[in-house]
Amino acid sequence: MEITKNTIEHIANLSRLDLTEEEKSMLLFDMKQIIAYMDKLKELDTSKVKPTAHVMQINNVFREDKSEPSYPKEKLLANAPLSEGGCFKVPKVVE
Amino acid sequence: MELCELTIHEMNEFIKHKKVSAVEITKSFLRRIEKIDFTIGSYLSVLGEDAVKRAVEVQKRIDKGEVNSYLSGIPVAIKDNICTEGIKTTCASKMLQNFVPPYNATVIKKLLEEDAVIIGKLNMDEFAMGSSTENSYFKLTKNPWDIDRVPGGSSGGAAAAVAANLTAFAIGSDTGGSIRQPASFCGVVGMKPTYGVVSRFGLIAFASSLDQIGPLTKDVTDCAIVLNSITGYDPMDSTSLNFKYPDYTKALVNDVKGLKVGIPKEYMGNGLDSEVKTAVLEAVKVLKQLGAQCEEFSFSLTEHAIAAYYIISSAEGSSNLARYDGVKYGYRAEKFSDLLDLYKKSRSEGFGTEAKRRILLGTYVLSSGYYDEYYKKALQVRTLIKNEFDEAFEKYDVVLGPAAPTTAYKFGENADNPLGMYLGDIYTVSANLAGLPGLVVPCGFDSKGLPIGLQLVSKPFGESTLLKVGFSFEQNTDHNKKARIRGELEYGI
Amino acid sequence: MEYEVVIGLEVHAELSTKSKIYCSCTTEFGGEPNTHACPICIGMPGVLPVLNKKVVEYAVRTGLATNCHIAQFSKQDRKNYFYPDLPKAFQTSQYDIPICSSGHIDIEVEGRTKRIGITRIHIEEDAGKLIHDDQQSASLIDFNRCGVPLIEIVSEPDMRSAQEVIAYLESLKAILEYIDVCNCKMQEGSLRADVNLSVRPIGQKEFGTRTEMKNLNSFKAIVRAIEGETKRQIEAIEGGADVLQETRRWDDVKGISYSMRSKEEAHDYRFFPEPDLMPIVIDDKWKQEIEESLPELPEVRKKRYISEFGLPNYDASILTGSKVLADFFEEAVKKFENKKAVANWIMGDLLRLLKEKEMEVEKIPFPAEYISKLVMLIDKGTISGTIAKKVFEKMFDQNRDPEIIVKEEGLEVLSDENTLVVVVKKVLQSNSPSVEDYRKGKQRAFGFLVGQVMKETKGKANPKIVNRILKEELEK
Ligand SMILES: [Mg+2]
Ligand SMILES: [Zn+2]
Repeated sequence: MEITKNTIEHIANLSRLDLTEEEKSMLLFDMKQIIAYMDKLKELDTSKVKPTAHVMQINNVFREDKSEPSYPKEKLLANAPLSEGGCFKVPKVVE
Repeated sequence: MELCELTIHEMNEFIKHKKVSAVEITKSFLRRIEKIDFTIGSYLSVLGEDAVKRAVEVQKRIDKGEVNSYLSGIPVAIKDNICTEGIKTTCASKMLQNFVPPYNATVIKKLLEEDAVIIGKLNMDEFAMGSSTENSYFKLTKNPWDIDRVPGGSSGGAAAAVAANLTAFAIGSDTGGSIRQPASFCGVVGMKPTYGVVSRFGLIAFASSLDQIGPLTKDVTDCAIVLNSITGYDPMDSTSLNFKYPDYTKALVNDVKGLKVGIPKEYMGNGLDSEVKTAVLEAVKVLKQLGAQCEEFSFSLTEHAIAAYYIISSAEGSSNLARYDGVKYGYRAEKFSDLLDLYKKSRSEGFGTEAKRRILLGTYVLSSGYYDEYYKKALQVRTLIKNEFDEAFEKYDVVLGPAAPTTAYKFGENADNPLGMYLGDIYTVSANLAGLPGLVVPCGFDSKGLPIGLQLVSKPFGESTLLKVGFSFEQNTDHNKKARIRGELEYGI
Repeated sequence: MEYEVVIGLEVHAELSTKSKIYCSCTTEFGGEPNTHACPICIGMPGVLPVLNKKVVEYAVRTGLATNCHIAQFSKQDRKNYFYPDLPKAFQTSQYDIPICSSGHIDIEVEGRTKRIGITRIHIEEDAGKLIHDDQQSASLIDFNRCGVPLIEIVSEPDMRSAQEVIAYLESLKAILEYIDVCNCKMQEGSLRADVNLSVRPIGQKEFGTRTEMKNLNSFKAIVRAIEGETKRQIEAIEGGADVLQETRRWDDVKGISYSMRSKEEAHDYRFFPEPDLMPIVIDDKWKQEIEESLPELPEVRKKRYISEFGLPNYDASILTGSKVLADFFEEAVKKFENKKAVANWIMGDLLRLLKEKEMEVEKIPFPAEYISKLVMLIDKGTISGTIAKKVFEKMFDQNRDPEIIVKEEGLEVLSDENTLVVVVKKVLQSNSPSVEDYRKGKQRAFGFLVGQVMKETKGKANPKIVNRILKEELEK
């Protein structure tokens, strides 16, 4: 399916980005070009090929179930744009 | 000759024999940074007094004979996407402009354990997304060989700093060529190790399945020395490989007799700058003369690798960059109407254009209806690429080629053409997709006097092979010597 | 038209591991906000997850206990969405290859056994908690629960009534408790259920459009929500409106559900394999080890209580419905034959007192052997049933040995004939109207006189002897 301005707006919303009209038209142009290049992959028959998500074939990497003292909360909150009472603070969440 | 022009192993000799102190070395770099980084722009932050303090401590230990590491007292600069406790780590993004990690990356811990002295954090493309360091929110980094040109990227600050003697060595990261291409552009040695050999804990993720930390150094010996320090199993990183790591300096042997070298003909064809091609073919000639067997073969998936790479890296990147939402850390927009608006404004104002482009691309290829067509397909092509490499390494010890199609280009030359910029990664991305180690060493200059890099790729854990070939090449040519900028070069100031 | 309700459940159970799923923060409930958190569970830049092995084991235990197929190979995936309680903006979960699939559990409703299919069980991480500050129109985020391991147990749409749903949840809860993977405290959120519900005219094969209801934190709320939502959907259909496929939030106070369209908007989770976590491979050896470590499950235990102890089905169900209760029962009857009497005391007075005092079964305040001692005192005739009830309450309140209570408070049955004859005579003297009535043939008067004797002896008189003496005296 062709990429349209709607597509850009939809994925921008999914990725929580606000784009200006100018950005939208620029990114639409770029995306069309880039996706057209990606379509090169369609030349390849991969019907019997397993996908590789991890390039090194190791399995079962675990840690033991041991609890250790947590972090000083001041350090966790030190980078927060806004905090209160030891919590991160955001505008009211409507559920 | 000034101290800052020396390699790690040369400085180590001086330190060991008490000819200079760690403090003098650190100060020498700090002086040089003060003098010329104004022009080069490789650093985002410089640890002046803290670095000196640290050097004093290290020197005390050296005096007591407590230290016995190659890196004791050696200054190092770190790409700004690697977390340093108490030191701003920005990813060259407005988003993380004020982010101070409360923890060290595992590589940083390792470097500190070996008594290296961190002198600053280096510029890069925002979130490592780019190939020219033009995507930094903060500044441009200039190529020390021609300040009208880019240093490459995304580890552009790292390559420029090493090239301009602004640090003894640098630690960068390579997701699709981000160590190797700038190393090529700046005439330094750069290695992307096997995926899983250097812990990624504390490396701010771009594309988790492709990212790998590696060194940028002045020569191959230094590369081996740094690898010894930064590699190793880390239980904090599930993708870290647990095996017996070799002493990489043992690989520094001047001998390539019988070495089998494969040259993908797709790497030497259309799109490759003729001067780069000539330099690479010259390098092949040298290796042949030294007794290596070199032949062309077909790496048929070269172009597909670029497509697969940009799909996978953008998909992972879009997810990795989703956490920057103005809530826990990082930039928060000043004005917003509600939570959704806070998210959108903070992200739109905090990210630069290239980051947004990749986020959109990654979101698109993962979104419902497109997953199979693009993302899954790319993972399947990744399998094919891995298989093609497996086949190649049945025949060859190393795969040789250029690191980039051209030498360093001028600022702005590719800025309006993202696809064109992406295609510049054509020779480097396959190694990331297949998790393979790649080494870039200087192999000459073009007619403009810009350095050219030679790329060597080996099978997993083939670092020692790469170091051996790189070392032999370095010993039998004068490219490395020529690529070492003399300290008196002051960029016309 | 007659409608049938079709229900499937998604149950989230917090696993009772010591540490979180990807970091070593404690999973302990409570704590000051953000004191059970670290850079890993709040997803700070550069950190990486490492999977807690116990989480896999607990998931496999649950799978084996619910007759699931255990995947030899499974993987973890990212589920991407923005929400302030989700610090990485993705939940690490499992998408196409869950650890367990295709299982079932059998439930019993009104004496009939019904099999409820289990579609899948997968592992994932819990989110943080939002605290809403209405005055400031702000929300505060506490990440203490964020990263606590969960299993999500998805059932087939096999349930047809609230009663079946509760029976399913109770069986599931019992299993989770038995295999010790979850403490199942709904009030602390360690067991949560989302209800997928649709209605269809009886006889229709196709399912109707379903809604998903969230925020159900007690069995009562679940029952009310099912009733409310069933009614809402039927009314919608009868009124000619469409039931929309959507997520709804149940408000138990108001007794209505709300559409959560705000959260639903443009859902596209963009699942993809989590690159930071390696695949999970469960070979036969590991699976077998876990299988061998499983305790007796509630179903098996129940059957054993019926066949071995001769308990009625009802008693066996109640007792085995809670592992703690069943363990307590078994401890009590370990060296004791009258199992039915012990069962009666547990199901009757014990559960009643726990409920009255709002205590958890885990908090039974006295050792199990006290119950058998109490029953023994009754069986031997040392105390009467009436006295036993009082002794039981004291035992419960004071954690005192019933033998000691009886001895110290002189509660033994009064069987001494001479003493009783004196009491009986006294009662007859002061109740001559009743004596008259009895002699006129009114049997009820006899009962009254017995009662008076018991009253006089503070309930301690041996009723058999009292009956005999009273008869003898009246006949005189
Ligand atoms: Mg879930
Ligand atoms: Zn944690």
